Amino acid sequence: MPRARLVRSVGRMLELSHLTKRYGERLALDDVSFTVGAGRLTGFVGGNGAGKTTTMRIVLGVLSADAGRVVLDGAPVTELDRRRFGYMPEERGLYPKMRVLEQIVYLARLHGWSPAAARRNALDLLERLGLEGRLDDTVESLSLGNQQRAQIAAALVHRPEVLVLDEPFSGLDPMAVETVQSVLTDAAASGAPVLFSSHQLDVVERLCDDLVIIADGRVRASGSRDALREQHGGERWELLMAGDVGWLREQPGIRVARFDGGWALFEAETEAARQAVLAEALSRGEVVAFAREHTTLAQIFKEVVR
Amino acid sequence: MTTDARLEPERTTPRFTRIVGLVAGREIMSRLRSKAFLISTGILMLAVLASVILPSVFASDDEAAPVAVVGAAASVADGVDGLEPVAVTDRAEGEELLRDGEVDAVLVPAGGDGVGVSVIGLDQPPGQVVSALSVSPAVELLDPAPVDTGLAYLVAFGFGIVFFMSAITFGSTIASSVVEEKQTRVVELLLSTVTARSLLTGKIVGNSVMAFGQIVAIAGLALIGLAATGQRVLLGGVGPSIVWFAIFFTVGFVMLAALFAGTASMVSRVEDVGSTTTPVTMLIMIPYFLVVFFFDDPAVLAVMSYVPFSAPIGMPVRIFLGDAAWWEPILSLGILAATTVAAVLVGERIYRNSLLRMGSRVKLGEALAR
Repeated sequence: MPRARLVRSVGRMLELSHLTKRYGERLALDDVSFTVGAGRLTGFVGGNGAGKTTTMRIVLGVLSADAGRVVLDGAPVTELDRRRFGYMPEERGLYPKMRVLEQIVYLARLHGWSPAAARRNALDLLERLGLEGRLDDTVESLSLGNQQRAQIAAALVHRPEVLVLDEPFSGLDPMAVETVQSVLTDAAASGAPVLFSSHQLDVVERLCDDLVIIADGRVRASGSRDALREQHGGERWELLMAGDVGWLREQPGIRVARFDGGWALFEAETEAARQAVLAEALSRGEVVAFAREHTTLAQIFKEVVR
Repeated sequence: MTTDARLEPERTTPRFTRIVGLVAGREIMSRLRSKAFLISTGILMLAVLASVILPSVFASDDEAAPVAVVGAAASVADGVDGLEPVAVTDRAEGEELLRDGEVDAVLVPAGGDGVGVSVIGLDQPPGQVVSALSVSPAVELLDPAPVDTGLAYLVAFGFGIVFFMSAITFGSTIASSVVEEKQTRVVELLLSTVTARSLLTGKIVGNSVMAFGQIVAIAGLALIGLAATGQRVLLGGVGPSIVWFAIFFTVGFVMLAALFAGTASMVSRVEDVGSTTTPVTMLIMIPYFLVVFFFDDPAVLAVMSYVPFSAPIGMPVRIFLGDAAWWEPILSLGILAATTVAAVLVGERIYRNSLLRMGSRVKLGEALAR
């Protein structure tokens, strides 16, 4: 089914440069810098209180930074630029007593859309989100899942060019998770920079092109998902064979981390030792797999925030 | 083919005034949809109408007013309901009866066309007599009293209660509207779209329009009620002070609305709003009680008419009493306007600093920080 693009593809790039924010004595953000490239779905992960929400609020101009700046396409971001940002705050909320359509149209109009265009955008979007039967219901009368859908509509109704979503998956039912995922991937596919935070590392891992890991207000790691895996993969290797791999323990220069029948996870002291394992394995029978260990985001996360 | 091949949509960069208009419009619509608001407004309107009409209903049960008629004036008073003509030979005899309290007024033929009459009262216009006559006669007083104290009390009380009711009603409306946005967390989404200043201005404008609309409706209803029951006499004296009241009220309400919005934004739950808005409520209640108790004390009224928080009541009352020189309301309005600007700036700063601080009450010092 052909669909209207949720965001406008203009290939913008968002850059956070040396952001610092203090709350009294507490340093909430300490020299935070990273880039959200055009069309890059960027996951922003960190524990509670790590500084994700503060960073996003500064990007949206809801908070001001003590130092540093937010740059869009090479120039400091202005109020005007920010009208083209789509934002889903961590603190969800809409007017409870306002009707769904009316509310979404109102938000589009605050962004500068004409009444007719605002209405058309809102209707398109609400239909896509499966709320077409609830247009005249008040928000408070909706189920929680539908309220979340209305919240997504609120973030997208003005066809933003940059998306910043704080915990977009929290509190969603499985159907809504799928909707949000498709929204995010569509947005990135059309060229918009997309930044979203999440506690659900598996979701982030599956969706993201790029990752930013933050802890205690400092960026601990950032870059493409694959590069981070490469970088933090360590020197552990996997061997999977048709037969038993118990012989691996006798190999020189090899330390077996885990072992289970035909599968083993090991570290090699030298490249030569590792190659020797492969040669030995081939001589003993059928090798199913011999590869660097697949590092999960959870592992990388634990390692970099330690 | 995808639908984004459509024309580039109608989108502009919204100006401050347009945002304010949108926010104000939403405030007004949500108020007009509230049943509680419609019912309380209806009750208030009925109360105003009743207070205007009932006195004249009861007055018409009174026995006819005795009037002395001189010569040809008898033809005007004859057969008029509510008048009991007593024929006298000349104006001097009539005036004697008037001073003795035998009659309420003397009717004498007006010079010239011979049809009209002049009404002579003792110290104030004899309202019942004047309103009973089908033509508006000229009125003359033997010993004009400065202003009827009963009427002065009514006017002072009227301005006081209307200001008090409207300011409290719409002040607490704006307060709860601010906290509601905070409590429902919609405020962060709003602030990522528009500035705190335009949001606050829209709220103040929307609620001021509602408050002013209510005042106009009340004034209109009162005037129609007075006219319909033939109490025109009262109107002439009150008119200018009502106009000044409307002007002072509008400016004064903006000041109070800004303070209500600022103080309300310091709390996170609607239940707690009283804890920070009480000082502002006091600023409305004190002038009301002062004017009710001291409406006949020129010194207190003079001070009240210059203090910004009581000027919307004090100055119109003084204008009604004829105590204020022509420049006094203008000077007082200037003071009020300057205070209003200051209140809006302070209110906005508190508002901006407190909006995203959820949880416990924001301390005033922190709310005022840059």
